[in-house]
Amino acid sequence: MKAYLSIIKLRFALQLQYRAAAFAGFCTQLFFGFVRVMVFHAFYFSSVVIQPLSLQQTVTYTWLSQAMFRMLPWNGDAEVLKLIRTGNVAYELCRPINLYFSWYVRLISLRIVPTLLAGVPLFIIALFFPAQYGATLPVSVLAGLAFVVSMTGALFLGCAITNIIAISTLWTVAGDGVQRILPAVVMIFSGSIIPLAFFPDWSQPVLRFLPFSGLLDVPFRFYTGALPPSELFPLFLLQIFWIFTIIGLGIWLLSSATRRVVVQGG
Amino acid sequence: MSQIIVENLQKTFKVARRQPGLWNSLKSVAHREYKMIAALQGISFQLNAGELVGYIGPNGAGKSTTIKIMSGILTPDSGKCEIMGLIPWQQRIEHVRRIGVVFGQRTQLWWDVPVGDSFDLLKDIYKIPDKQYEKTRDELVVSLGLQNIIDTPVRQLSLGQKMRCELAASLLHQPPILFLDEPTIGLDAVSKLAVRDFIKKINKERGVTVILTTHDMDDIEALCSRIMLIGKGKILLDGTIEQIRNKISPERVMTIDFANSPAAISFTGVTNVRGDDGRLELHFNPSVISATELINRITANNEIKDFTVENPPIEEIIAKMYSEFKI
Repeated sequence: MKAYLSIIKLRFALQLQYRAAAFAGFCTQLFFGFVRVMVFHAFYFSSVVIQPLSLQQTVTYTWLSQAMFRMLPWNGDAEVLKLIRTGNVAYELCRPINLYFSWYVRLISLRIVPTLLAGVPLFIIALFFPAQYGATLPVSVLAGLAFVVSMTGALFLGCAITNIIAISTLWTVAGDGVQRILPAVVMIFSGSIIPLAFFPDWSQPVLRFLPFSGLLDVPFRFYTGALPPSELFPLFLLQIFWIFTIIGLGIWLLSSATRRVVVQGG
Repeated sequence: MSQIIVENLQKTFKVARRQPGLWNSLKSVAHREYKMIAALQGISFQLNAGELVGYIGPNGAGKSTTIKIMSGILTPDSGKCEIMGLIPWQQRIEHVRRIGVVFGQRTQLWWDVPVGDSFDLLKDIYKIPDKQYEKTRDELVVSLGLQNIIDTPVRQLSLGQKMRCELAASLLHQPPILFLDEPTIGLDAVSKLAVRDFIKKINKERGVTVILTTHDMDDIEALCSRIMLIGKGKILLDGTIEQIRNKISPERVMTIDFANSPAAISFTGVTNVRGDDGRLELHFNPSVISATELINRITANNEIKDFTVENPPIEEIIAKMYSEFKI
């Protein structure tokens, strides 16, 4: 356990070095946040149909997704991918430690640190924008708590999915394949581009059941009050179900990969 | 009871093959050709605790594959490998706790953080008790001369400094067995000497069993009491340097500086005479004619200023072995 904590600690220290990247990310997210808010404004004011979310809910949801998108499994851990491509993974294999979880815990800091550095300041600033253009606080204390619990689940779920990217590299060498397909799938089905509530009605049951809704849409709906906090229990259980399933899949893929592993070069 | 037992180890790699060129790339999309490469074809040996063994052979002979199997990274197709009673690829976690590994072409240190941080992480990974860790680390820092570099990020270290840190990293948990895969690759003369001295020291003082692969014959000559030669996935020779020298080339070389112009020299047992008037190089077989007898016979008719007797350089022996076994 201590080994895993040390890995997280070391990665945290490392990630904190990337301040310029965080600042650049902050500016990009701010700009595109405004673009997306404007698009929703145009959409709401030109449509006569009653929308599944209020404009304010949608705007808050948008700022949340701008701030929290680094929590999504949209990229692999560059260092783990490099380890595998260069064959340095050989060293990882001769340590008395579970390989899956030693990568998994690296991902936790890969997700948390950039969110703290760029995402959280962005959201705080968005709280001060004029109504209908900026974010609001959670609709209630309970909604806020439900958001925190659900977001924690989202973190562990996101890391489990990200680990699949790294493990797939053991099979395909380049690793870009899954690395490119997965983010596209994640962005769409997590609600990061358009809140899931706007998807067609027939697709809702599927979207709700897929693991991706638990990455972003569920916590955000708790935050904006689109879901009552009483819904937390079943939805959190669904997240846990997916966390265990995807971790199990990852462990299985990794162990069958290491049995047929070929260390590149020399 | 041997510490390391390897019996009839076999490993084959499946390698995708493709002729160069665009057309062949397209063809390989539809139809992939594979080639089976037999990396190991029945390797057997046994090592006792405290041995320092040179594992040599040309590139692609299977040295690294053997090391990777013994460190639990690769699974062989068949054969037996037992290291201190454990099977590396089956009882990986218990096994790797008791070995240290250095791959000369790779790095186990975290690139962007000071060396000391990587060491601290290894302490937690290997669950080394605080006291023991500090003591071992400080000893390693002194004997490898790391005092000034332990606070430096790895990316700023030279290759020689990095290799010394790698060695320290592999020994923090005090493993009784150390696998070194080309630890002197790319190092300058001074760093090589430092690495060599250190390997010798831990083998002597702590009794660490060391298996060393290298292409540097000075490493072998300076360090190894025993050599295993591998070629095309098979062990071709296994013995001390002396045994191998005698088997491959029993010749000695005598170089003589003459005070006069020597008459022609031809004795039985002397195979080759080279050189100009003042200096001659004689290759002779000491089991046919001893050095003393040879020099007596020469001094009977000549006046000499100086002479030396040498073994042929190990490079020559190895080159001869490679060509003899056609590997």
